[in-house]
Amino acid sequence: MTTASATPSVLDRAWDVSPRVSIRPESFGALLYHFGTRRLSFLKDRRLLEVVQHLATSATAREACVAAGLAADELATYALALTKLADTDMLQERS
Amino acid sequence: MTTTVPLVEHFALGLDAPICLTWELTYACNLACSHCLSSSGRRDPRELTTDEAKAVIDELQRMQVFYVNIGGGEPTVRSDFWELLDYATAHDVGVKFSTNGIKIDVEAARRIAANSYVDVQISIDGATADVNDAVRGAGSYDTAVRALRHLSDVGVSAKLSVVCTRYNIPQLDQFKEIADRYGAQLRLTRLRPSGRGADVWDELHPTQAQQRELYDWLVLHGEGVLTGDSFFHLAAYGESLPGLNLCGAGRVVCLIDPVGDVYACPFAIHEQFLAGNVRSEGGFARVWRKSDLFLELREPQSGGTCRSCNQYDACRGGCMAAKFFTGLPLDGPDPECVKGYGEMGLSKVVAGAAPKPSLDHSHKGGVRGGPVPVTIGRRPDRACDEDPLAGLAAATAR
Repeated sequence: MTTASATPSVLDRAWDVSPRVSIRPESFGALLYHFGTRRLSFLKDRRLLEVVQHLATSATAREACVAAGLAADELATYALALTKLADTDMLQERS
Repeated sequence: MTTTVPLVEHFALGLDAPICLTWELTYACNLACSHCLSSSGRRDPRELTTDEAKAVIDELQRMQVFYVNIGGGEPTVRSDFWELLDYATAHDVGVKFSTNGIKIDVEAARRIAANSYVDVQISIDGATADVNDAVRGAGSYDTAVRALRHLSDVGVSAKLSVVCTRYNIPQLDQFKEIADRYGAQLRLTRLRPSGRGADVWDELHPTQAQQRELYDWLVLHGEGVLTGDSFFHLAAYGESLPGLNLCGAGRVVCLIDPVGDVYACPFAIHEQFLAGNVRSEGGFARVWRKSDLFLELREPQSGGTCRSCNQYDACRGGCMAAKFFTGLPLDGPDPECVKGYGEMGLSKVVAGAAPKPSLDHSHKGGVRGGPVPVTIGRRPDRACDEDPLAGLAAATAR
């Protein structure tokens, strides 16, 4: 299990959305479906969706958060959400 | 997160596309189950053609509907069934299909094993042949078990799909054993008074005591047993069962029937819940996003007479279809309300007043080996339909 406190932080690593995951934007955020695990997941706000959409072109998750316009005091909350997505295989670490 | 509105409230107001939808590919069926939700049997000559079905799949892909629950009738009796299945999964639409197992031979099992976007549900409504076949017809238990074995042999983890009735609730542990034996996952769903189910509902629906037994069993087994979110009316007993716990009709789910008609949910095949047809201008997307019926269903619900109940937030008044086909008002309690308010309501419904399904594709004259009515043509009076000993005898004999 990955945890937010593990080093390096989820924010300092590079991530991609799993190739088996489909993302569907919705008014509240987005729905995610993993075709491998058959798991349905939710991005509970549009800014988290933006963060996720920036991951592929960002060197780290922190960069993606900045690109999505998050303030420094918001990062911890979003790091938790990203950790959860990584734990359920929705995100994959990019080396 | 910045969201303050619970996610479930967003779902109640509707999504841009369904999370999943049920698609009955055909009304044709080799069986004549006494509780069939879609009154299936004979093929409808207006059934969607292969090309029309593919066009629907294209549209579902554009709308990013992640998967469809394919059923019927018996979907595998369509000659283009495997073609449509492959077409869907090649277009990013996952498939879960329900079957009685009639066409699941070794070759079909291998085919399913080779496609990682396909899940298969084998329907069985008794853990023993006698209980199953009384509802689904002679030989249907053996057919289902044979299909499970073929799937297990090639490493496919199927779902064992059970509609809970008064006669099989004493068999819950046995169902779990069968599922475990074939590396399958158990899925329990609720009997609705839909289709031919209306004719047998009084006789087959679980007693209040059995509902409690079922609830406790589901809580004990947690996420290991699937329910298709079908028992949210039981949330009024206490904690919620896993799932969204809301009526998704027209909000997060819907039904496309074999002729392309779009209904609010698979259990509501009635003109009152008909939103449109995929063959019409704008196709399925327009029906989902613009139909008057679906927009109305996404309006905040009043809760009606249930509003004053302290469990309303848990059960949200229960199942729309169950109320409708038992003749209860849609803004009142579910007929199986765990507080007993539904039974009080049912006692006031005039016999024969409940709406009848709009369509009936039942075999005329029945099928060979079809189910034999448990009681011959007698529909019990509402007031005395609950035998206090029903189910208990079987439970102690377990």
